[in-house]
Amino acid sequence: MYRYDEFDATLVGERVAQFRGQVERRLSGALSEEQFKPLRLMNGLYLQLHAYMLRVAVPYGTLSSRQMRKLAYVARKYDKGYGHFTTRQNIQYNWPALVDVPDILDDLAEVEMHAIQTSGNCIRNVTSDQYAGAAADEVEDPRIWCEVIRQWSTFHPEFTYLPRKFKIAVTASQNDRAAIRLHDIGLRIHKNDAGETGFEVIVGGGLGRTPYIGHTIREFLPKKHLLSYLEAVLRVYNLEGRRDNLYKARIKILVNAGGVEKFTDLVEAEWTAIRKSEIDLPTEEIERIRAYFTPPDFEDLPAESAVLEQKRKGEAAFARWLRVNTVAHKTPGYAIVNISLKPVGGIPGDISDVQMEAVADLAAQYSQDEIRATHEQNLVLPHVKKDDLYVVWQALTVQDLATPNIRLVSDIIACPGLDYCTLANTRSIPIAQRISERFSDLEQQEDIGELKIKISGCINACGHHHVGHIGILGVDKKGEEFYQITLGGSGAEDASLGEIVGRGLSSGDAVGAVEKLVHYYRNNRQDNERFIDTYRRLGADPFKEALYAAA
Amino acid sequence: MKAITGNRLSDGAVVYLRDDDQWATQRGEAARFDDDDVAPVLRAAQLRVREITDAYIIDITADGAPSGRAIIRETIRGAGPTVRGDLGLQAECCA
Repeated sequence: MYRYDEFDATLVGERVAQFRGQVERRLSGALSEEQFKPLRLMNGLYLQLHAYMLRVAVPYGTLSSRQMRKLAYVARKYDKGYGHFTTRQNIQYNWPALVDVPDILDDLAEVEMHAIQTSGNCIRNVTSDQYAGAAADEVEDPRIWCEVIRQWSTFHPEFTYLPRKFKIAVTASQNDRAAIRLHDIGLRIHKNDAGETGFEVIVGGGLGRTPYIGHTIREFLPKKHLLSYLEAVLRVYNLEGRRDNLYKARIKILVNAGGVEKFTDLVEAEWTAIRKSEIDLPTEEIERIRAYFTPPDFEDLPAESAVLEQKRKGEAAFARWLRVNTVAHKTPGYAIVNISLKPVGGIPGDISDVQMEAVADLAAQYSQDEIRATHEQNLVLPHVKKDDLYVVWQALTVQDLATPNIRLVSDIIACPGLDYCTLANTRSIPIAQRISERFSDLEQQEDIGELKIKISGCINACGHHHVGHIGILGVDKKGEEFYQITLGGSGAEDASLGEIVGRGLSSGDAVGAVEKLVHYYRNNRQDNERFIDTYRRLGADPFKEALYAAA
Repeated sequence: MKAITGNRLSDGAVVYLRDDDQWATQRGEAARFDDDDVAPVLRAAQLRVREITDAYIIDITADGAPSGRAIIRETIRGAGPTVRGDLGLQAECCA
């Protein structure tokens, strides 16, 4: 996994010391809030509805048990005993006091963590496939390239004041678990016809008030040129991106306003000019980084586990969890375990200090000390022996972390909404809670199959509603919360933007609406169609009718 | 009617300006102003940069409850997250 070198340790140490001074000057009145705000945001510190909020980076979603224990410690010592995993694989604390934040950052630095690149108009913390390094379907471990990008982008002097924030996601699988088509830049590692691996470069995706699916501007970029090509894209954006209008400042607007061909030409011209310079990493440096991600020493195991099979037959609940929450590992005898942070009636992404420590213990004992955060607000133990799955399931069950609902109707993405967020117009979490309660029957959930519900409490779309199979957007109408339903979105390899289906609904009706839509789908699906497949086959009209028809 | 609110600088807690010019965490203690009188009070409050941040005016009823367009937001701000009754001021009042 990633590790600090002496540069990182120095950078982070200096940054925390600087911020400590800035906080002291703010408290003394030497700095005004206007002067202080950009400084605190550069250190991941926001002011939310009830308190400050500190967003801590989890580079490409990878955590060690030591780091997870520290996150638990911070939650307990400085916050209110919990944290919230976000759609960018980061963790947020909702109640830190300003006066404590320098100490929190010092504590995090002890385990090579920080809040850099979690706010501001810079290149943000890079995200990736949560199964990286473990997935049976990946070409190679994408985190090597995430780490290359992390080192290049951290405090990049030219890209510290971009027109707007900039998000990069990397995957190495055909099955897109990193939402690469919805990022400012999405990178997909794949093999070309000659058998070489390189990047498909996708630019200009994004959600918010003007959603776009990204455009592929290069089908195949040799890996060694990654940084010069990224630099070319960023340079074009930095120069040409709009700074006069906050809502038109993201790269998606630049790409789509002038057309993707024009944008591509600008990038290629810039790349031609700079590609011979020394931006690209020398091979030995890439190999040095690759060594960080040397796979763990997997045991030579039979593909199937007799212990597991015996338990599977004996316990239906365990069998269900295996079916729903575990995924094929690239190594025989191992599995990937998804930890659901979506219990029935729970708050998506929230995890207590005690749960964090339990996850850390399980990772240390059973998953090669590795944990992953997912953009769908869950956690992963990436390398669990099939022989150990039963014990892991039991331990997770005790902690209420074994809800077998990954990818199902109650595995909902929801932004914090008006319960916490100062930008929100409406609440999101209560809608997620009511839906998960309404669909609490596990057998029914499994029968419904993959169904991605995503909920945002405002048009900024942190809850990814545009790309939910069913998306729900909260809108405020004269002090009342209403919810707009969109259908047919997807954030995966079949990325698409959902379509608004009609007038907004009250919170109670929104939950009922999901039920009606699911009911219609179950009555009209063919074979093994998912909800989204049936929707795409039949179109919006029958679903609209099912939704708005008089009861 | 109007009241003045903001977040306490040291910890971000939601506070309201009282009649005695101190900051209270209970909205019920907030000083109430006529619509025409509140602007200079806000300007004065905003100068108290060592105590609070992000001060602004809210609409309240004569009883001190939030009203107007931001009613949900100000209700939640004053009480705590509706999904965590154990957190925020709502937890303190009934402990």
